[in-house]
Amino acid sequence: MRTSFVFSEVVTGLRRNVTMTIAMILTTAISLGLLGGGLLVVRMVDKMQANYAGKLEVSVLLTNDVSANDKDCTQQPCAGLRSQLDQTSGVESVVYQNRDEGFERFKQIFEAQPELLKLARPEAIPATFRVKLEDPERTEVIKNAFEGKPGVKGVDDQGKFLERFFDGLNGFRDVALILALIQAFAALLLISNTIQVSAFTRRVEVGIMRLVGATRWYTQLPFLIEAVVAGIIGAVTAVAGLVLFKAFFLDRITRNLTESGIIPPVGYLDILIVSPWLFLVAILISATTGYVTLRLYVRL
Amino acid sequence: MIRLEHVSKVYKTSTRPALDDVSVEMEKGEFVFLIGPSGSGKSTFLRLLLREEVPTRGRVYVSNFDVAKMSRRRVPRLRQSIGCVFQDFRLLPTKTVAENVAFALEVIGKPRNTIVKVVPEVLQLVGLDGKEDRFPTELSGGEQQRVAIARAFVNRPLVLIADEPTGNLDPDTSQDIMLLLERINRTGTTVIMATHDHGIVDSMRRRVVELSYGKVVRDDARGVYGVGR
Repeated sequence: MRTSFVFSEVVTGLRRNVTMTIAMILTTAISLGLLGGGLLVVRMVDKMQANYAGKLEVSVLLTNDVSANDKDCTQQPCAGLRSQLDQTSGVESVVYQNRDEGFERFKQIFEAQPELLKLARPEAIPATFRVKLEDPERTEVIKNAFEGKPGVKGVDDQGKFLERFFDGLNGFRDVALILALIQAFAALLLISNTIQVSAFTRRVEVGIMRLVGATRWYTQLPFLIEAVVAGIIGAVTAVAGLVLFKAFFLDRITRNLTESGIIPPVGYLDILIVSPWLFLVAILISATTGYVTLRLYVRL
Repeated sequence: MIRLEHVSKVYKTSTRPALDDVSVEMEKGEFVFLIGPSGSGKSTFLRLLLREEVPTRGRVYVSNFDVAKMSRRRVPRLRQSIGCVFQDFRLLPTKTVAENVAFALEVIGKPRNTIVKVVPEVLQLVGLDGKEDRFPTELSGGEQQRVAIARAFVNRPLVLIADEPTGNLDPDTSQDIMLLLERINRTGTTVIMATHDHGIVDSMRRRVVELSYGKVVRDDARGVYGVGR
């Protein structure tokens, strides 16, 4: 196989259909960019789940009466609730946080908003059992057992909030992947079309090649490589697009959230880890489409 | 060398067979004219040899190839042993004379050092030395046909098929092309030429196979075009 010959054919082919080639590259790039975005969200959700998994707690909030009068949880019903919590299976640790400690923590969290702190009074903060579970998913057990008991004001599940947040992210991921799929379909049709046009414009060459006994591979490979090269350029464009999107847009709008550690930042490393998949998908789709098109529509 | 045994070819779009029970044999090194009016089956005959078509019935042999039965994968092998020349030359306008000839070797994967050696040789054989870097549009019709012949012959085929190679050329130029084909024939290459050109057939006095309505109606060892009309 003479590679120099095949590649000069590929370059000629791509140049000859330059508008079609650009359309093919852009469609592929957008499709892969969306796929990449979706994959980045998947990575982010995974990271967040790992981050929070060890930290998620269930808060058992105590009534105002207990909060005001029982600083060290030595009286009933507080002491009884604590021992019940300790004995509940699946509970890893129970920490009692009285009203003053709670207020301190509140002040810490909202350090940046002094006007909020001015308004806040310790009386508004209930004493709380912060319960850590062995399996953070199984918050229902605590909720069912302790909600409504004397001395308990309510059970607050951090996981519920996070779940809603994850739902939002997963929704975004699904939309990105569906759009990627639609774009991929468009890219597929464009690839198929470009190859057919390309084969038509080169029918004389191909005719001669067949006549002098060039093998199937020799006649088809330039077309296949043409599609794959366009796919790879599309993937490069998509990765560049993701990097630019991160640098100029995503970093700016998520700065507050990432600096306070609520969501993990999307790093260049994440893009680097996702990009081989984009290249792989690009090569697979373009090569398969090219091959099928040549088989079905082009007599070579 | 070439043998057709009771070959018939019926195209789906036609009720009349393009070839009807044709049996003919051609020896290695023969020069054969294939004549007959348009639609008599000449092109089908040639296309069967190249396996552009498969016969509806009968067997086709070229050299050691059982053409009708062979697998698609082996077709390139068959075609590498057959050279082809057409009325319309079929040169690539964006390539020079030398590149056009080299193309035939490049696409079958011949190494570069072979190509740079044999292309000038064959261009000299067809009388085009000095015109290697011209483009087809800068050449006369006769010269373009010489390029086409060089391309067909550069891989030293066993058989050279020429489908009305002089159809677009004036009589003098045609005569030159015939001399060239004769020279190629003398190297041992079997030449099969389909033509309507009376003058050429009559002056060459070679074997003539005449087709009419898909049947072989005449096979003369040293024939002329118009005998018996």
